[in-house]
Amino acid sequence: MSIDSWQVAWFTAWVAAAGTLLILAPGVALGWLLARKEWRGKILVETVVALPLVMPPVATGLILLKLFGRRGVLGRWFESVLGVDIVFTWRAVMIATAVMSFPLLVRTARLALEGVNPRYEQVARTLGAGPWRVFWTITLPMAARGLVAGTVLAFARALGEFGATIMVAGFIPGRTATLSLSIYHLVQLNRDNQAWGLLAISVTLAFGALWLSEVLLRRKPAP
Amino acid sequence: MNLEIAQLRLPLSAFALEVDARLGARITGVFGASGSGKTSLLEVIAGLRRPAAGRIVLDDAVLSDATRGAFLAAERRQIGYVPQDDALFPHLNVRQNLCYSHLADKKGHRPEITYEHVVHVLDIAGLSERRVASLSGGERQRVAFGRAVLASPRLLLLDEPLAGLDAELKQRVIPYLLTMRDEFGIPMLYVSHNADEIVALCDDVLLLERGRCVRRGTCAELFAVSDAPHYVLKPT
Repeated sequence: MSIDSWQVAWFTAWVAAAGTLLILAPGVALGWLLARKEWRGKILVETVVALPLVMPPVATGLILLKLFGRRGVLGRWFESVLGVDIVFTWRAVMIATAVMSFPLLVRTARLALEGVNPRYEQVARTLGAGPWRVFWTITLPMAARGLVAGTVLAFARALGEFGATIMVAGFIPGRTATLSLSIYHLVQLNRDNQAWGLLAISVTLAFGALWLSEVLLRRKPAP
Repeated sequence: MNLEIAQLRLPLSAFALEVDARLGARITGVFGASGSGKTSLLEVIAGLRRPAAGRIVLDDAVLSDATRGAFLAAERRQIGYVPQDDALFPHLNVRQNLCYSHLADKKGHRPEITYEHVVHVLDIAGLSERRVASLSGGERQRVAFGRAVLASPRLLLLDEPLAGLDAELKQRVIPYLLTMRDEFGIPMLYVSHNADEIVALCDDVLLLERGRCVRRGTCAELFAVSDAPHYVLKPT
């Protein structure tokens, strides 16, 4: 079975971007809630969100398979209401990458938002700005570098996702084959040369994303 | 201006802030040692902290009333607040900082308080396109005053605004505060632990100790010249 390296690289990049986009708003919102508010169940939510970081990815994948399978709670809903299958499609790849990247995004968003001195927000409120305006004009711009860096980091994590993806999406060339799944598949078939090519693309993408994330986190704001 | 603080209670870590006072002077000083509850009192008046008990009324508007569960949000109080660290927004330039309240809400803005008038009075017209990180300490404070004034507050709370400035710079900034008082007629609550600043600016003074108002009077009643031109608190 032939694997088109550039098609795989393109699919991996866009599905990782889509997965990251999917979690961006809820990730920043949850990061804000964790950074700025005290509420009952906060520790429980923090723990649950962090689970994919420490659980075996295939275990997370199994949970997703049971949830989004045709007989799963969410899978049945998607099929009956929206008329779409999730498992063994690109949507499953996107969901797997999103779930695995979510804890990274929430943690970096929380750190970035905690880095904004609440005094600025308080002063903005005394100047007549309501909570939404304060968030959009003060909190978000002041945390922007950290948030963008966190988003890039989440994207980099999504690029390399393997365990959860293989469980919930399988390896279907042209449909669910990502870089990491394809490398594994090619090594199994002793087609190391082609695997090395995909490895090079994979390293380049991951290096670029991590480098960008580091640059954003270290860059000083303009005077 | 008539600010009524009735049976106010706010538990703090070491003691409770408990104040009962009616304030009406053009500039009222809140004097006390560090950690006596001065900043907490301003935060409660500004609506940044919710008191456990008591009532605060500014002119005819009830700002908070714990017994009725009433609490007006900070953004609806029209009370300006300049903290010790000035809190100029670092991602905005001077003009954007000054105009922040105009972008937020134009309701209640006094037409005579214009951008041009404020920057003229505070002598900051030439700073408008500068980044706030490039301003000196005195310039930062004047921009912070201007930003608060441009929101047309009914009351301006100043929390040790000169604490970070050296003696010479303080002497240069104090006249701007007096001009602000005279030009815009905005009543102020001025917090400081520096007797000289209080005497230079305030008509009436509250002395706070461990959260309680222990003395109240005019500057002449509360302070005496020590080593001229410096003032100290008179013994009780």
